[in-house]
Amino acid sequence: MYPDYMSKSLNKVIQTRNKRFELAKSGKPVFPPMSAKERDDVLHKFHPDYKKSRRKINIGPNKGEMLTTEVTDILESHSRIKPEYFDLSKPDYKTDILIIGGGGGGTAAAITAIQNGAKCLISTKLRLGDANSMMSQGGMQAAVTKQDPPTRHYLDVIGGGHFDNKPELVRVLTEEAPEVANWLEELGVVWDKLADTSLQVLHGGGTSRKRMLSSRDYTGAIIMRTLMDEVRNHPDKVNVLEFMPTVELILDEQGKCAGGVLYNLETEEYFTVKAKTTIITTGGFGRLHIKGFDTTNHYGATGDGLVLAYRAGGKLLYMDSVQYHPTGAAFPEQIAGFLITEKIRGAGGQPVNKDGELFVYPREPRDVESSALIRESTERKNGVETPSGRVGVWLDSPLIEMLQGEGYVQKQFPAMLRQFIRYEIDITKEPMLVFPSLHYQNGGIEINEKCETNIPGLYVAGEASGGVHGRNRLMGNSILDYNVFGRRAGKYASTYIKSVKLSKLSLDHINRYEKELKAAGIRTDRISPVLLPSYTPEDVRKRQLTAKYEGTLR
Amino acid sequence: MANKGKFVTVFIMGKGYQVPAEATIMGAMEYAGYQIKRGAGCREGFCGACATVYRLPGDYKIYTGLACTTLVEKDMWLSQLPAIPAHKSIYDINKIEPNVATIQKLYPEVFRCVACNACTKACPQDLEVMDYIQAAKRGDIEAVMDLSFDCLCCGLCAIRCPAEIVQFNVGILAKRLYGKYLAPKSKELNIRIKEIKKNKYDKEYNDLMTANKEDLKKQYYARDIEK
Repeated sequence: MYPDYMSKSLNKVIQTRNKRFELAKSGKPVFPPMSAKERDDVLHKFHPDYKKSRRKINIGPNKGEMLTTEVTDILESHSRIKPEYFDLSKPDYKTDILIIGGGGGGTAAAITAIQNGAKCLISTKLRLGDANSMMSQGGMQAAVTKQDPPTRHYLDVIGGGHFDNKPELVRVLTEEAPEVANWLEELGVVWDKLADTSLQVLHGGGTSRKRMLSSRDYTGAIIMRTLMDEVRNHPDKVNVLEFMPTVELILDEQGKCAGGVLYNLETEEYFTVKAKTTIITTGGFGRLHIKGFDTTNHYGATGDGLVLAYRAGGKLLYMDSVQYHPTGAAFPEQIAGFLITEKIRGAGGQPVNKDGELFVYPREPRDVESSALIRESTERKNGVETPSGRVGVWLDSPLIEMLQGEGYVQKQFPAMLRQFIRYEIDITKEPMLVFPSLHYQNGGIEINEKCETNIPGLYVAGEASGGVHGRNRLMGNSILDYNVFGRRAGKYASTYIKSVKLSKLSLDHINRYEKELKAAGIRTDRISPVLLPSYTPEDVRKRQLTAKYEGTLR
Repeated sequence: MANKGKFVTVFIMGKGYQVPAEATIMGAMEYAGYQIKRGAGCREGFCGACATVYRLPGDYKIYTGLACTTLVEKDMWLSQLPAIPAHKSIYDINKIEPNVATIQKLYPEVFRCVACNACTKACPQDLEVMDYIQAAKRGDIEAVMDLSFDCLCCGLCAIRCPAEIVQFNVGILAKRLYGKYLAPKSKELNIRIKEIKKNKYDKEYNDLMTANKEDLKKQYYARDIEK
């Protein structure tokens, strides 16, 4: 329930709704989309990336580059381990492929690799499927309609990414999308379909054609649980180690990737894995709470893969760029930062200010839309303040059923309806209060179209990788990304193992990295990978007089 | 955490802590000083990692909820269930059929359902769990798919079930059977896949990939938007 003082603003939203409904029905844009110059302007003035958000990194393959400050922090950190702890001549596990991260990319890679005869070991920090993949709501882009050739998808992606995307990766992403939609259906994913059996397609931010496929608003959960179930159907080929994150890579003497060091979060033991090849599918970094933002991300999204690869010499791309989802929840406080799917705007929901007025085209690419929301809430002071001091604008959801018919929200947005009804807000009758929330790591470990990195034998797929989305990902391309490139990583890694010969295993790169830290004069007690964020209040910490923290972990 | 100065006492595994009155159970545990390893995942109500059982004072009932979305109440006595023992059948999705015989073979305990409705009462998503188990008994795969669609696999139904059914895995099986075998196939999709296999878009792709940035920009900002 909204506090009484908001009713004046809520009434204005109601008063302007009919007019905005007529506008939406006309089929014309309800607000003029921005020109290139207008986009540039709002991004430079209001996007958090442009506001003292970067710090130069002084060591490693990207030395001298300005990266997002929190990323530089986790890279300029000490390892959790010392190489002399380990006798690498006797690894605790041996496998063909070590897959680090049990989300969408990791499971898609495993399913593909075992079809090619490989054995896999999945090292995952939380449970299998505890990943951002599970949480995505809105959908997956795939150009399937007559009026939407895959090349149009390409143009939307590369424009949305500010033309910084690697073209060969965008081609693969868009051209394999229809095949991925079919592959997922063959595994048992239930896509939303229309009465004529065609796939339901909706708009997303930055799309010029309707191409968002969906599974109600549990798209990520349906796909993730299907992939997990398939992995679990092959216990003889895939060994899943839960609560066992990988904390460092192991190389061989020639510098080929040869496995990893795993840490059992519960027993605090370390284990070594020798693998012919390794795939990193660790996802992104939302739980680093960049610039203090709330996040839509799951508990374990701490950018671990970046650290592992970087210490081993892996090159990063576009780690100066962060995605803020335009519509995170701003009220109630208990769900602050939670994802409100872009599908709401795809189905006709409109962002409006405290006076119920439109101020932006509802489906600009995410960075532009977010910047416009921040401008409206801050500089223009047209936001609504919450009791805890946050500010947000309205996302007018009651329009959806006016446009699409009664019952549509229950059918298409069961998760959103449920999320708000707990707090006595019925989104079919009242708008939601929203503000941008830290959502996605646009960049990552640089890959090519085979998911190879500059480290031989190291493959990367999904959010941990860099290059696919340039500096801004469009909605619906993340599920697509981890499926397209997860499958590719599985395919090319399982081919690579047929010829690779590993020499003696080594963790010398950890020592070299420590030396580099020292030589650069970096004095810090930071430890990475971070593994989990800490939400322990300060006053509790003060009383933990004998507790020892390793980074954020007690 | 929302905190207008109001606090309540909650008993986390029996031990009392003062926590903000408007906290979620997960927020309350962290406020009290717990660092969660098991028992937190997405923290937004999608992953089912934080199944929790609790009682309220003067009330004989056991309540169930997700720690990430359930608010604390005064004198609530709670415990998380960080993992639920649950059996999952191993099967080859390509070699099973979407009918009652598959349910019988893979999850025979479904037929022990006594229709007590404990599963439905336990569901934090308010799903009609018992109804979908009944549908599974009839081999109505579509109904199981539809009714279990929003399931988070938190496992609270399974631990309350006197017939020891693992409802959520039956739901996953039915969804996969429906998606693969019963959902009507899209003709458009098949046509598009064939076009791509025949390299229909090669030239267009090559043109786009070799275009300079200014040309691409022009094309991008001039593109029409589907109504």
